[in-house]
Formats: sequence, structure tokens, C-alpha cells
Amino acid sequence: MQTKHLKNKVDPKFFKEHQEKLYQALEDKHTTIEMLDDEDPLGTEMVLNMGPQHPATHGVLRLALQLNGELIEKAKLDVGYLHRGVEKIAENKTYQEFMPYTDRMDYLSPYSNNVALCTAVEKIASVEVPERAHYIRMIGCELARISSHLLWLGTMVMDAGAVSFFIWTFREREKLYDIFDHIGGHRFTISHSRIGGVANDLTDDAIAMIKDFVDNFPQELKDFHMLLDRNRIFFDRNREVGVLTPERALEIGATGPTLRGSGYAYDIRDFEPYARYDEVEFEVPTRLEGDNLARYYVRMEEMHESIRIIRQCLDKLPKGPVRTDNAKQAYPSKDEVYYSMEGMIHDFMMTDTGICPPEGAESYHAVEGPKGELGYYIQSDGTGHPWRLKINSPSFKNLQALEDMLDGEMVADTVVIIGGVDPVMGEADK
Amino acid sequence: MDLELSETLQKVVDGLSSEFSETFIGVYQSTGDTFVRVEAEAIVDICRYLKNEQHFIYLTDIFGIDRFTSEERFEVVYDLVSLRDRERLFIKVRLPEENPTVESITDVWKSASWMEREVFDMFGIKFENHPDFRRIYMPEDFDYYPLRKEFPLLGIPGSIELPNTTPDTE
Repeated sequence: MQTKHLKNKVDPKFFKEHQEKLYQALEDKHTTIEMLDDEDPLGTEMVLNMGPQHPATHGVLRLALQLNGELIEKAKLDVGYLHRGVEKIAENKTYQEFMPYTDRMDYLSPYSNNVALCTAVEKIASVEVPERAHYIRMIGCELARISSHLLWLGTMVMDAGAVSFFIWTFREREKLYDIFDHIGGHRFTISHSRIGGVANDLTDDAIAMIKDFVDNFPQELKDFHMLLDRNRIFFDRNREVGVLTPERALEIGATGPTLRGSGYAYDIRDFEPYARYDEVEFEVPTRLEGDNLARYYVRMEEMHESIRIIRQCLDKLPKGPVRTDNAKQAYPSKDEVYYSMEGMIHDFMMTDTGICPPEGAESYHAVEGPKGELGYYIQSDGTGHPWRLKINSPSFKNLQALEDMLDGEMVADTVVIIGGVDPVMGEADK
Repeated sequence: MDLELSETLQKVVDGLSSEFSETFIGVYQSTGDTFVRVEAEAIVDICRYLKNEQHFIYLTDIFGIDRFTSEERFEVVYDLVSLRDRERLFIKVRLPEENPTVESITDVWKSASWMEREVFDMFGIKFENHPDFRRIYMPEDFDYYPLRKEFPLLGIPGSIELPNTTPDTE
């Protein structure tokens, strides 16, 4: 298909150069899929634009697909519709001030993002975190992982055709929101983690709710399995769809469940353990098939493992403070702030300048978010603001894998494959 | 500064400094991470060597840094992971302020494609022999590089064409 007459047909209203280059890139893309002859008497070849406003693309993802009948010959992704420049914002904020922005990155699992930033800052500024805070963070992270995977499960099954499933997974997510409400006072963007610990201890209410959830959720998971594992329609829509072979997965830089579904047991919790993941037992589920069904199994098993980790954390939860007691490194407790002068001054200093890592220090710290390796690279110039803060976002890398995966698939499967990769545009676009 | 390299990383660094004695500049550590500085022109060979000989088979990230100095203003950092040895290694190259250009490593890792596009989009660092070299977040019509230090936080008014907010009165 010639982009020349495509341009005439489309006639973009603005960002003209951008549109032209996108279609040109689509035309230039090298693909191994066999193409028909140049002549196209039946008019089966077309370029299809999906998105950015498309209900099934999980946000503002735009795909330009070159179709041959129902076969996708090649695909190009256009990201950036949700680009807010958070890395630039980070350079102008103190470390603690920046944390609420990370909630809005991967908005399906805010807790992991908070912990990722805080652990990275703690690493570069060598802040000691109390034991209890580590365990509370782990509980929060695993709850966030379940919450994110539940959304993936609901939407992915909905993409595959079963709408009512969405409501059942959201019923469970609702319980998680209530738990987060009791943990940190917010249901969605919870910002509970602090540099040097967490904002407040778990209340008895919250612990009771987590225990209740941990006891009841495995039964729900079993029900989900019962509904899907032997479901002919679900199987046929997912098996051998969006196949990513192990070599290709590593080559194209997939991460998280997408990489583990292709056979590589690369999980940061196991690879370079942070918090106290080296003290709890868990498996890293992997599959070899690399298709959408493999990713389904990996995520389902991950939810089982998360429940296992939370149980161990609740058993081991040590007593003690939840934030480091060093006013130069972390916010003092509210008791100190309200009743002592020093406390108030320290609180003011933390808000005004914040924590200052040594000049010239650089560090990279990654956590295993629900979508994959979520890393923060920080370079300090000795002030309270980072000189450079780079977010290594898993969705961005998985989308690149998606661009590769879509070649040769059917157009009807596009939505299921996107659902299987589970990108979050807030994170991919930064 | 004393280095506390693990056994495998020591081997990698030794291998690099002997294989690439001309282009290997130095190695340093900061808060437990190991950074190797090399000359920009050798980056493809070094990456290929690390991938094929030292098992750094996974490329997790590429990012740029604006040092805002008059000499060698830009830095590009490659974040490599060895799944076998459970090690992480950062390779750094420095580039001049005028026309910063470095060879693309998409031939070694396909995944470098989007990451290099992001570095170009944010810093204006050009990657040669890249198969699909476009901006990634900002539209092509945008003329600035937002993560450079001189770019104002509030943006530049009028630099980006926005859709008409009242479509009927076009």
C-alpha cells in the first residue's frame, strides 16, 4: 500500500509531520509475514488505526495496523498521548514531594511505585529502614500486585468475550481498596510509603481485614480457575495467540509476566531481593509456551504466591517503629511535630529541603512491580532535588514487545493480545 | 576509590580492559552499582562482546543524562543484566554538546530501538544506523528536547500545535 494516497485520504488536521512519519515507518517496517501480490483486485489491503481513544486499548495507546484481509501484516505503535514529563517534574521537586506523582504512573498498583521510589532514595542516601516497615511494605506491594492482576484478569477476559467476569474481579478489587483505605487513608492513590519507612502503622482493623482477605481470596481464585481453565471459548481465544518465543522475548526486552510466560524466571524479588523478600518463601512461576494462555497461568499463579507471601509477612511481622528515627533522613512522627519545637523544625526542614544524598552519587534500584521490573535511576548533585531521575517502566518495554508480537496475528486477536500484555499507559508514557 | 567488585564482575572488567585497552576509560562504583566508562565509538563492539562472551544477554534500559558541562555534556547509560551470574552492569559513554551522535546498538539487542528513540526524544542524541529513528513521546512537529536542562519546566508557549477547542467555529 502506498502511503502517498493514504496521506491524501487521511489528511491529518494537526501534527502533520508526525502522522506522515508514522505511516512511513509502517510502510518501511521489515516483516517476515508473506504478502500477497502487489495487485489487490479485491481491496483486501488497508491501514487500520486503532486508538488512541479505543475502549479496549487500556488507555491512550494507538496502533497503526496494516491489514491484509483479517491478517495483520505489520503493526506500528504510537505512544506518548499521556506523556506528562514526570522525569522533568522530578528534577524540580524534593524526593518526598515527587512520590505522589509515582502513584499516577502505574495507577493500578500505586503501592509498588511508592515503594520503588522510596527504596531507590534509601539506597542512594543510605537510610536504614526498620524491620516492621519492610514487612508492611511487602504486604502492601503484594496486595497491589493482586489488585493489578485482578484488573488485568477482568479486562482480559472481557476482551475475550465474557463481560460478567469483570464484575466479579472488581468485587475483589473493591475489598482491596477498602483495605488500602484502612492502611493509608486513601483508596486509590495511597502514597503510604515514606522515605525511611511508611507513613503510619497498620491498625488492628487493617490487619483483620487483610487476614480476612487472605483467608477468603484463595477460594475466589479457585472459582476463577474453575470458570476459565476448562472453558473452550477462553482457551481457543488465548492458546497460540500472541506467541513470544523465549529468545525473542529476551531480544525484544519483554519483562515481568510477559517474559516469565516465555520461560525466563527473571523476577527482581528473586534476582536482587529488596525489602525482606529473601526471608520469605515463594516460587517464581514460569511457562514455556509464550502465548497468551501462558501469561494467564503465570499471573494466576503469581496471585497464589502473593497470598503466600502476605501470610508469611503477617506471621513474621515484627514489633517496633515504622519509620527511621533520624530527623535528617525521614519525617519525624506527628507526635513529635505537634508537641516539640525540634520536631516541628525538622518537619519543616524535611518539607523544605528534604533528604540530600551525597554529591555525585548514582544508584539504580529496581523492584518487581506487577508489570515487571520497575527501576529508578537517581543521580544526585548534593541538593534535595535529584539531578536526574530515570524511571525504567515495564509497560514501555512490554509495548515494544507487543509491536513485535502483533505481526502475523489476526485483527480480532489484537485486543486479546493487548489485554494479555497488560500495559498501563500512565507508566509507559511517563 | 576502592572497588569492591564481585568475582564475576572483576572478570568482566578485566576482560573489557584487556580486549578494549584503547577504548576502555575506567570503572567506578557508586552505592553498590558498577559503572564502566568507555569511548563512544566502541560501544557496539563492547556490547556485542559483553553479550556474546560475558553472558550479559538482557538489556534492561538505555537512558541519557545531561551533565550541563561545557565538555562532554551528554551521557548515555546502558543497563545490562547477566541472568546467569545475577549481575548488573552499567556502561557509560560521554558525548559532546555539538551534534551528539553515537552508533545504535539495535543490531545487538532489538529492544534498544524504543529506548534509543526515547533518549533522542528527550535529549536530542542521535543514534546512527537505527532502523526506525523517530521521536517517541513528543510529536515529530516538536522542535525541542524537553529533558535538556535549559528547557523550561513550564514548556515553551506555542511550541506545540493544539487542537481547536471549539470545533464548530473552525
